[in-house]
Amino acid sequence: MTRLHVDWTACQGRGHCTELLPELLAPDEWGYPRSTDDTKEPAVPVALLPHARRAVRHCPRLALHLVGP
Amino acid sequence: MTAVLTAGRLLGAGHPDLRGHDTAHGPLPRLPHDVLIGVVRDAGLTGHGGAGFPTHVKLAAVRGHAGGRRPPVVVGNGAEGEPGSAKDRTLLARAPHLVLDGLQLAAAAVGAAKAHLYVRPASAGPLARAVRERRAAGRDPVPVVVHQAQEAFLSGEESAVVSVLSGGRAVPRDKLRRVTESGVGGAPTLVQNVETLAQLALVARHGADWFRRSRTFLATVTGPVGRPGVYEVPHGVALTALLAAAGGPVAAPRAVLVGGFHGAWVPAAAVDVPMSREGLAPYGASPGAGVVIPLAAGECGLARTARIVGYLAGAGAKQCGPCLNGLPRLAATMAALARMEGDPSLPAGVARLAALVRGRGACGHPDGTVRLIRSAMTVFADDVTAHLHGSCLDGARP
Ligand code: SF4
Ligand code: SF4
Repeated sequence: MTRLHVDWTACQGRGHCTELLPELLAPDEWGYPRSTDDTKEPAVPVALLPHARRAVRHCPRLALHLVGP
Repeated sequence: MTAVLTAGRLLGAGHPDLRGHDTAHGPLPRLPHDVLIGVVRDAGLTGHGGAGFPTHVKLAAVRGHAGGRRPPVVVGNGAEGEPGSAKDRTLLARAPHLVLDGLQLAAAAVGAAKAHLYVRPASAGPLARAVRERRAAGRDPVPVVVHQAQEAFLSGEESAVVSVLSGGRAVPRDKLRRVTESGVGGAPTLVQNVETLAQLALVARHGADWFRRSRTFLATVTGPVGRPGVYEVPHGVALTALLAAAGGPVAAPRAVLVGGFHGAWVPAAAVDVPMSREGLAPYGASPGAGVVIPLAAGECGLARTARIVGYLAGAGAKQCGPCLNGLPRLAATMAALARMEGDPSLPAGVARLAALVRGRGACGHPDGTVRLIRSAMTVFADDVTAHLHGSCLDGARP
């Protein structure tokens, strides 16, 4: 299962990712992405893969990564 | 702080010079890498830096990347940033050659061409002399370079060590690429605590069965005990026996902090628990790097925890948003609870913030901080209730 990884050393919050991928990410009270299922690296369902790829591409800090098969 | 020796072989047979070391321990066997990794696996050796990760898994991971463009690198980690810990510098002072033996064994196991030692400034000079002594004796096939670590809580974090040795800042980095695959200068890298390396030198000499029977570890007992210091004790020793070895608590403590500032409180009723991963698991604790701190008589566990969390909030590398923002908030909330500000929402606030920071950083700092806080909220649950009503079970005044 493909997972979403946030590089916290790069992420600066207030993100596009939470807008592009609301199914998986919601902003926390400081604007940093928090996985909606509260896991460290949320699993990306196949149906959401295109959205996830778009969020990865649009992260201005290159902080989002898709990992795994 | 005074180190007290026991019958163990880490400190007990330690001799700072090479000749004394040879007399005490005998020659270092040369084992093929796969045999050595197998012995380490059978011995059950795990890391003594804090995380307790199985050593053979790391060795095999780095070995697995040995065929690449850059030959592997090994790093002996003696940065020892935990304020309560003194066991690594004690070991380096008393038995440097056991650590250096282990470094060579690790280098041979993973096929490394270069070895580093990353230690506190006070350990660096004597260690560099020990390295020269061995070089003159033609002992070390893999060259060793000694580096001075910064004295900071997180300076020994594996990826921070790698970052410094690669010419960068002493801060943890993202774990998407593991250091075992791409570490110092992009080379596959094994970072191993210096005590683990000394243990490795014993495993190679005496075998897995001996190790399982005779295994010891180094603990630092600090705080209100008769003789604070570094103690070498049998694996799985009862926490009470370890405290007794250190002269016993000055007064019966209500709880004992085990595993340092990223550790957990063990309640008084359980102080005969064995110092092992399995024994301590029910309390959310683990031996970690072996730091043991009893609560002083009349000291409020919540106030003590709040002070530690305040320290931890300031010790972060301040690069990950949730850690950078969340830890100071957690510290402030714990401090309000410790001050008996009768706001009934404080415990829920602690729980919410703990869940918010956990797992959301490049290193284990948020998770270690949450572990300490959650154990305090459990072990000192009665104190929490009392504090919310404006009184303290330990008689402290706000
Ligand atoms: S878009 Fe990138 S930098 Fe912005 S919040 Fe999301 S992960 Fe962080
Ligand atoms: S989690 Fe905290 S301590 Fe760890 S690297 Fe990030 S900011 Fe630094």
